[in-house]
Amino acid sequence: MSVPILSISNLSVEFRGDAGWKPVTAAVSLQLDRGETVALVGESGSGKSVTAMSVLNLLPANARRTGSIRFQGDELLDLPESALRKLRGQGIAMIFQEPMTALNPVYTVEAQLCEAILSHRKLSKRDAQQMALDLLHQVKMPTPETKLKHFPHQLSGGQRQRVMIAMAISSEPQLLIADEPTTALDVTVQAEILDLLLELQKDSGMAILLITHDMGVVADVADRVYVMRDGRVVETAQTAELFASPQVEYTQQLLDAVPHLGRDLPTSAIPASSPAPRSRAEHGVLEFRNTVIEYPGRFRKPGFRAVDDVSFRLEPGEILGLVGESGSGKSTIGRAAIGLIPSAGGSILLNGSDLGSANERTLRRLRKNVSIVFQDPASSLNPRVSIGRSVIDPLRWSGTSLSTKQLATKAGDLLEMVRIPGSWAGRFPHELSGGQRQRIGIARAIAIDPLLMVADEPTSALDVSVQAAVLELLKELQKTMGFSCLFISHDLSVVESLADRVAVLNKGQIVEIGSSREVLRDPTHEYTRRLLAAAPIPDPVVQRARRAERMAQQLVGAPGA
Amino acid sequence: MTSFILRRFGLGALLTFLVLTLIFLALRLVPGDPVEMLLSSGNASASPEAIERMRSQLGLTGSLPAQYWNFLTGVLTGDLGNSIRTGDAVTQSIAQRLPRTLELVVFATIVSIGVGIPIGAWAGAKGRFVDTSVTVLTSIGLALPVYVVGTVLIAVFSLTFNIFPAGGFTSWSQDPARHVQMLVLPSLALSLGFTAIIAQMTRSAVLEMKGQDWVRTAKAFGHSPLTVFRRHVLRNSLTPVTTVIGLGFGTLLGSTVLIERVFNYPGMSSLLVDSVSNRDYAVVQGLVITIAMIFILINILVDIVYGILDPRVRQ
Amino acid sequence: MTIAISPKLKKSLTPLRIAALAFVGVIVVAMVFAPILSPYDPLAQDIVNKGLPIFSSGHILGTDELGRDVLSRIMFGARVELFIALGASTAAMILGTYLGIVGGFFGGIAETLTMRLIVDVVLAFPPIILALLAVTIYGPGPVTLIFVMGVLFAPTFARITYGQTISVKREEYVEAARAFGAKTPITLLKIILPNVSAPIIVQFSLTMAQAILLESGLSYLGLGVVPPEPSWGAMVAEGQRFMATNPMGLLVPSTVLVLTILSFGLLGDVLRNYLDPKAGK
Repeated sequence: MSVPILSISNLSVEFRGDAGWKPVTAAVSLQLDRGETVALVGESGSGKSVTAMSVLNLLPANARRTGSIRFQGDELLDLPESALRKLRGQGIAMIFQEPMTALNPVYTVEAQLCEAILSHRKLSKRDAQQMALDLLHQVKMPTPETKLKHFPHQLSGGQRQRVMIAMAISSEPQLLIADEPTTALDVTVQAEILDLLLELQKDSGMAILLITHDMGVVADVADRVYVMRDGRVVETAQTAELFASPQVEYTQQLLDAVPHLGRDLPTSAIPASSPAPRSRAEHGVLEFRNTVIEYPGRFRKPGFRAVDDVSFRLEPGEILGLVGESGSGKSTIGRAAIGLIPSAGGSILLNGSDLGSANERTLRRLRKNVSIVFQDPASSLNPRVSIGRSVIDPLRWSGTSLSTKQLATKAGDLLEMVRIPGSWAGRFPHELSGGQRQRIGIARAIAIDPLLMVADEPTSALDVSVQAAVLELLKELQKTMGFSCLFISHDLSVVESLADRVAVLNKGQIVEIGSSREVLRDPTHEYTRRLLAAAPIPDPVVQRARRAERMAQQLVGAPGA
Repeated sequence: MTSFILRRFGLGALLTFLVLTLIFLALRLVPGDPVEMLLSSGNASASPEAIERMRSQLGLTGSLPAQYWNFLTGVLTGDLGNSIRTGDAVTQSIAQRLPRTLELVVFATIVSIGVGIPIGAWAGAKGRFVDTSVTVLTSIGLALPVYVVGTVLIAVFSLTFNIFPAGGFTSWSQDPARHVQMLVLPSLALSLGFTAIIAQMTRSAVLEMKGQDWVRTAKAFGHSPLTVFRRHVLRNSLTPVTTVIGLGFGTLLGSTVLIERVFNYPGMSSLLVDSVSNRDYAVVQGLVITIAMIFILINILVDIVYGILDPRVRQ
Repeated sequence: MTIAISPKLKKSLTPLRIAALAFVGVIVVAMVFAPILSPYDPLAQDIVNKGLPIFSSGHILGTDELGRDVLSRIMFGARVELFIALGASTAAMILGTYLGIVGGFFGGIAETLTMRLIVDVVLAFPPIILALLAVTIYGPGPVTLIFVMGVLFAPTFARITYGQTISVKREEYVEAARAFGAKTPITLLKIILPNVSAPIIVQFSLTMAQAILLESGLSYLGLGVVPPEPSWGAMVAEGQRFMATNPMGLLVPSTVLVLTILSFGLLGDVLRNYLDPKAGK
């Protein structure tokens, strides 16, 4: 057995702040062999990215590393910068999470590829350009000749990531460090990128160190796993073992919190003991009839049809999941449902009233019965207002008859309902964690005892363990209060655990709609099947089988995202 | 790219039109009679003949739309009226003086960009001591009124050390060397504020670009710090700097008014000051139009340069 | 009475900035109390005592070519300068903020009217040029200056508030307010205004500096404040004429001008650090 490609022993990274040196990671040890894919997994703040950056010393100036990092046996920690530079991009290559900002917006794809190519070898400009084209072919970029002359902002997220990968493999590195390479991508694109990485690995034998928070991705591609928490490695094992029998409690909790497509059985659509439906039975709470929503073009950009002839009906007390990738129109539907965006065709009925023909006063009256929970806990709450004020703001805005004292009491009650101590009413959003802020958002949404709640990706910005708690809270509140919920998400497993019925959206149209069980277990439409096949399941055995099946089916179509 | 350029010129033409309209209205939106206002300097009120003469000279006779039409056609054909005082054609006077002012401006701009960008980049790259001193110096530079700078320069370099002349003008055909010599002090005075602004913007742009993700990517591919700085920090910093150059150019143009007075330089702007003092509205109007046009043109060019530097705006 | 100074403020108060704040205070005192504090009538000529250097007895800053006490003229000049600068900055702030918020919040035609039509057209002129045009038509004097500078400096405020309004408008909590039924004017004022106020206050201080700069330039040309009313710009012009024999005549008003402009600029910095924790150095 030869020397491991990468061997990190007892690595600690500290950052210097105003109060001296603060440790960010401690005593991290890990190892990769040739041809292996190793995942470094953890939630935000676990130190996984910092560890990845320290290999090539891409940390900020106020950081210091102690310990040992060996690449093919050679110690990297005390290497002078000039020697380290030779290694960067050549022996060890790195790709990052946000391809939009990781590429310089003012240079063409070709220019940046050539720059990477020429950083470690001498070639004529013509030869470099040819090699750039070859690399694009290698990463399966569609229409590579035209893409060469494009700028990063003209490419999609997946295509930009392909460019980054092309740059990374240009000098045939032995080790590829991939820091959350697919987190910002749609699930189908993610699958393609992961496929690409594995294929390149098969051809070249390079080792891949994959940083991720997504257990599904880990189950999909990793041979071995290291779990990090609060700057330390808490467990490591072969992938199958880790999932089957985790040794450490934290790992177990992590695995439990991950929604698992196909495992959670949704409860029956309308619970037997639900409160009496609060709307007239002839109409649904929300109904879309052949609705069309367009974003008008400004005098340069053409108009864009975000929602194209969509129809569905939401019954009282029901949770309807809207699933789709970016650009599918699901967010647009959510906002249109509460009257924030007008429809260009068809009609939207809220509790029987047509939103299109409603005047300002009617709209406001209707809005008293609907609420919305947003995705980003950081910006959905006014930073200058205390959380006690924020939760009862909807009551004030919709014109309430409650006195100030009554409102204060109500604020306390609402906080308790989302399991936040009522005494915290005077605190401000920045004093709370992301998960807590999202609970405030929910508390605010239930303040007016809504008929309909639109939840637009309410947990997408949260860590997986926090996500589980928030979803559970949402489920519970819905059962007790009985509101209908339009639950928008790109994550199929999250939707499955919550929704009674599911609608699948693609490019502004509903391609399939039915009960969760039907749509997610036994889909009829091709797109739904593709979506399901691409979503990685956090179970290595199952996922390997799915991967094999998907690869077999893919011999027909060519990816192009 | 071509459509972008055409679009920019189109917008510029539109802006020109609006600016001309504003200038047209400026005289006419006066409470009372504009001509009486212009002719009333202190005590003596003007004779009715003088009033009528000026009224026709300034194109204030006839219906408003007719005036507007005459005004616009006049500007487009290069007829800017005649000086009320001397009777000379305004266009002639401007044409004679314009190149002199342009010389000053071009000289000052070259100095400002050539000095400002390197200093700012240096401050942003090095940080700490260099950074602080540059920030302090540029702040002071921006607070110094341009005529104070000019006067001090004269005091030091002309009166005390007698290196440069204290003002005036020699044409190129007469004595090229002296002509250039006379440009030095006024251009330097003019360029101080502009240099400071450019340096400050370069510095802050460099600081911002340093932390961008693509810089980290470039580092990750093993490029030398100099290459990384040049291609991924400095190059991207040029776009906000370009914007600032466009904005600062206007102040530069305006400052020629003061500089030409300090140095007794017979350019376009000193003509402007004299005409304002004499309330020779025809000349003032012609000069304001000319200067505004120059500024609009420069801004169009700056926008085009910006489009070259940052492909994202070309959509 | 102790004034609570937050730790944030304390950290940003370098000695330089404290000096700047102090200087601004001095100028303001001079402005307000000039009639009481100044030793002489600024207009009183005294040919016998003309051209006295600084530190002369009875005239700590000397006298000018007409025998007028320089210190008194500086103090009364402060009144003029600050009066005009305050007037202009206030006018610019009110006008600009209104334009920016309206254009930013409503977009569409409102945006075209405010930002494209008004703001961009004003910005097509170098400021002093437009000021000279106005002076030609309306004649020099404080009223003209305040009016024209109010228009000239409004675009900066407009652009700031426009940008802030646009970015705040996109924040989800503004959408939330609309979703939950808040009426448009309420949303505007209560939510956007506090978020916009910090940069406006900073810009006010900076505009003060710019206004003094511009006005003194016009006075230098004799086209701003009309003599015999004292103004620093005119004093510089005069000082330049007699520079050879009495350099102090040039240096004193110049120094006061520069220090005042600098101080208002630094005041802007202090305000920025204090009000907007996100703004770096």
